[in-house]
Amino acid sequence: MNNMLGKKGNVACFVLPALILFVSFSIIPLIVSGIYSFFQYDGIGKMTFIGLGNYIRMFAEDRYFVKSVTNSLLLVGASLLIQLPISLTLAMVLARGVKGEQFFRTVYFLPVVISSMVIGQLWMKMFNSDYGLLNNVIRGLGYSDFNYSWLSNPKTAFLSTVVPAVWQYIGYHMLIFYAGIKSIPQDYYEAAQIDGASKWQVNLKITFPLLAPVIKTCVIFSITGSLRAFDLIYVMTGGGPNHASEVPATLMYNNLFRKGLYGYGSAQAFFIVVECLIFTFIVSRLFKKAEENASAI
Amino acid sequence: MKIRKHIKFLVLSLIAVTQIFPLYWLITFSLKTNGEIFGENILGLPRTWRWENYQAALTQTSLIKYFLNSVFYSLVTVVVAGLLSAMAAYAIARMKWKLKSVVFGVFALGIMIPAQAALLPMFQLLDKTGLKGGYLGLLIPYISGAIPMSILILTGFYRSIPMELEEAACIDGCGIFRCFATIILPIIKPALATASVFTFLGTWNELMLANTFVDSERYRTLPVGIMSFAGQYSTDWGLIGAGMVIATLPTIAIYFMLSNQIQDSLVAGAVKG
Repeated sequence: MNNMLGKKGNVACFVLPALILFVSFSIIPLIVSGIYSFFQYDGIGKMTFIGLGNYIRMFAEDRYFVKSVTNSLLLVGASLLIQLPISLTLAMVLARGVKGEQFFRTVYFLPVVISSMVIGQLWMKMFNSDYGLLNNVIRGLGYSDFNYSWLSNPKTAFLSTVVPAVWQYIGYHMLIFYAGIKSIPQDYYEAAQIDGASKWQVNLKITFPLLAPVIKTCVIFSITGSLRAFDLIYVMTGGGPNHASEVPATLMYNNLFRKGLYGYGSAQAFFIVVECLIFTFIVSRLFKKAEENASAI
Repeated sequence: MKIRKHIKFLVLSLIAVTQIFPLYWLITFSLKTNGEIFGENILGLPRTWRWENYQAALTQTSLIKYFLNSVFYSLVTVVVAGLLSAMAAYAIARMKWKLKSVVFGVFALGIMIPAQAALLPMFQLLDKTGLKGGYLGLLIPYISGAIPMSILILTGFYRSIPMELEEAACIDGCGIFRCFATIILPIIKPALATASVFTFLGTWNELMLANTFVDSERYRTLPVGIMSFAGQYSTDWGLIGAGMVIATLPTIAIYFMLSNQIQDSLVAGAVKG
């Protein structure tokens, strides 16, 4: 048995297919992206090394890029301040046991399994100026000639994509929180009840501290998911009108595949990776103390 | 106390309505005439259920082809990624070799990499090898992308089951491949199902790679197909709605059949990621 599990040939047969595939189609392309980001390169001509030139250009000369970063941070903010609190509240209410717990969980989660292309198309129709649900409701409230075009007005285009983005993943985070709360041993709550703790004391002293690792995961998912957001925005506005709803991923996509700016687009792609890593690091740091407390309980 | 309970229930129901309402709206307008959708009957149930929209979506467009393509891509990805991951995870969790924690680290890293970061070099690689544009040109990136999460889920599971099981079974010296196929694979079924659901949802709904790597209509997937025909028939909401419902049906059906499994798989992904 030991012999069989130690044979080099066996190990190779089991690991190499997955490893070779993954390294050549995920890891190496990532590294190549990183290399391209230091070059001026259009895919056909020769590559000229320009150091950090592309990165400097992104922030110093490209106001669309700066705008796109602002937009993506706005999405991060909306996820952290609107989506996660709703998800956490729902999870806490459901985990405590209410009538229809299973039903609510299933319904809240439903949008998560639907493709963001469908979600995007559907919300485009909700926001449609002539026939959309939103404007019809507003007209029904008495503003009979209300005809605002949410997605083609630069002021509201990006916000209109934030709404479905927040809406779609409420159930996802809710479920992670829910699983986290359910895994907290019931004894703690019983002990607290015997000691006469109020509901809020229980939340503050038991639920939140013990949930710290789960909250961390959700915060990281929420942030990195927002920073790399692409599908919904690509479907709903394509970054328009006049680049008002651009995020780094949509700009990058256009630069790479419409304009052929391989070096510059790669720098933007790589920027997203670095951004995600930095945020993950910061959040992990911030939660370090809280997690230590959690494991001490 | 009782009133509070009612209020709680009311709020929960209200949120349930906002989560489900857009889908209700989609399904109803997919069965209406444009006259109804655009004014006469915006919110209500369709007056007469216009299945013609579905008929039109299925016959006037290439929807069926896209649907079959998506089924093919998803099935192959689920099977191949599942098998490769099950083997690699087995080696990582059970076999004795020096570099296993390094290799595991490489896969774990993969979960953090956004797909778009590797998009261009992947595009060039597929182009140079002549794979771009065909089925393999999309299958290979999908399989490669599904591997890290599957390995994470499966490695966790391997570590949680006792070693003696396979020792007892393999003691009389059947080879490792037979042992793996006949003993191990059946044991890891639940974890494999979890990983498969995760892979299926990701593949079925994927948009960016499918939009970038496939030019010809022959190999197009459902999300890209619907996006293009939403542009083409932009005024015919009933038809587009029908297409979107058809594209969503498999995931919804699987969701209702395997609701707990899906919830488990996404939680597993989150907790381990």
